[in-house]
Amino acid sequence: MIMNMHRKRFRSLIAVLLGLFIEPGIAGVLSEDRADTMYHYYDGGGVQITGPSVLVRKKFKESVSLYGNYYVDSISSASIDVITSGASAYTEERTEMTLGADYLHDDTTMSMSFTNSSENDYEADSLNLGISQEVFGGMTTLGMGYGRGSDVVGMRGDSTFAEDVDRRNYRLSVSQVITRNMLLGVFYEAITDEGHLNNPYRSYRYVDPDNPTNYLWRTEVYPNTRSSNAVSMKSRYYLSPGAAAYGGFRFYTDTWGIDAYNFDVGYSQPLRQAWILDLNYRFYSQEHANFYADLFPYEDAQNFLGRDKELSTFISHTIRFGVTYNFLQDGWQFLDKGTVNFFYDRVMYEYKDFRDLTQLDENGVALPAGQEPFYEFSADIIQVLFSFWF
Amino acid sequence: MITVRTLLLTALALATTACGIEPWVKPYERDQLADPVMSFDRDPISGAYINHVHEAREGARGASGSSGGGCGCN
Repeated sequence: MIMNMHRKRFRSLIAVLLGLFIEPGIAGVLSEDRADTMYHYYDGGGVQITGPSVLVRKKFKESVSLYGNYYVDSISSASIDVITSGASAYTEERTEMTLGADYLHDDTTMSMSFTNSSENDYEADSLNLGISQEVFGGMTTLGMGYGRGSDVVGMRGDSTFAEDVDRRNYRLSVSQVITRNMLLGVFYEAITDEGHLNNPYRSYRYVDPDNPTNYLWRTEVYPNTRSSNAVSMKSRYYLSPGAAAYGGFRFYTDTWGIDAYNFDVGYSQPLRQAWILDLNYRFYSQEHANFYADLFPYEDAQNFLGRDKELSTFISHTIRFGVTYNFLQDGWQFLDKGTVNFFYDRVMYEYKDFRDLTQLDENGVALPAGQEPFYEFSADIIQVLFSFWF
Repeated sequence: MITVRTLLLTALALATTACGIEPWVKPYERDQLADPVMSFDRDPISGAYINHVHEAREGARGASGSSGGGCGCN
């Protein structure tokens, strides 16, 4: 028993030391002092999510930078999952708080942050450690990070339901100056989860010939472990002051059988002196998890069963338009600069094996099980962001 | 974690071999790279928010390249 405890402590120590290696970011310079306040709005698929986000970051003696972020999601949901399961629409709120510190020593930056996310049926704590190091005359920045998360999954209407999830994140990054006007970033992240990974409200459906609808619902069964690997690359190319072209891609795979990739391209263009316009397109594609099906042939057809549309095969297109106005170019009092940003994103989701059970035939009768059209929806996302540098 | 170990060794090998090469972009030639528009994460709370929006609706996660470590929130 004591040996086990020592072993556990030793492993934790090794993990923390390993974590003190690198985190994505630019070493050698700490982030600027700034305060951001944002209002965000999401509307799509019967779900509305709004709320504020506030971030304040301040340096002390040029070697320490502290920051704090307060974020709220106010959710009102009548999504297709809620409607088809027969549940009533619900509202809830999620509050997230992050406190973090960066410490700069020569060309090395060490970082640490703690995040708590709280809602009535889910509690998540995360600790993230990282280190980044400039090498090769400041042309290359190597980064490494470690994160540890501990969640408690609850369920509305059942105060006795409480299940744990343990999460670990391992990150590596390289930022490289390619030419005097081009930057490249390569990022890798492995994530492992262990515990209750089900969504307690979701169900799978299976064929039941004796039922008038030809199907019935049962609570989903997920594996209690998941490991994922993701690698991404980003690049930016400077064109003129305030103008840049950029793009990136990511490949993803996990032990649930989900394979995904996404890419994006974008362009920033200054307009007169104080304005910057942004245009961006993102494409995402994924293959379904190996225990996902829209309609299982019978109850308990396999050991794991899921019908979350997040696990299905689908693609999405995102188009972004953004405008930034620098309204304090010459500063004011203790403020060096102030900007206001407006971002609008339109996301279009097209599911390939998740069916829309709300669709009826021309006589207003439900379609036969397994012959409903595939689900699709669009979402509008708006962000209004005020930023001040001091 | 074989992949992590392989990447670590590769990064170390690259860092070691790079010692023999002169940096081809001098510090005084990097003014354009310092333009805020060249930042991978120009507005951190906006970047973190959009990552969260995508991750809540997609199976893929991680390697977003933005600051912060994320959380297990659903």
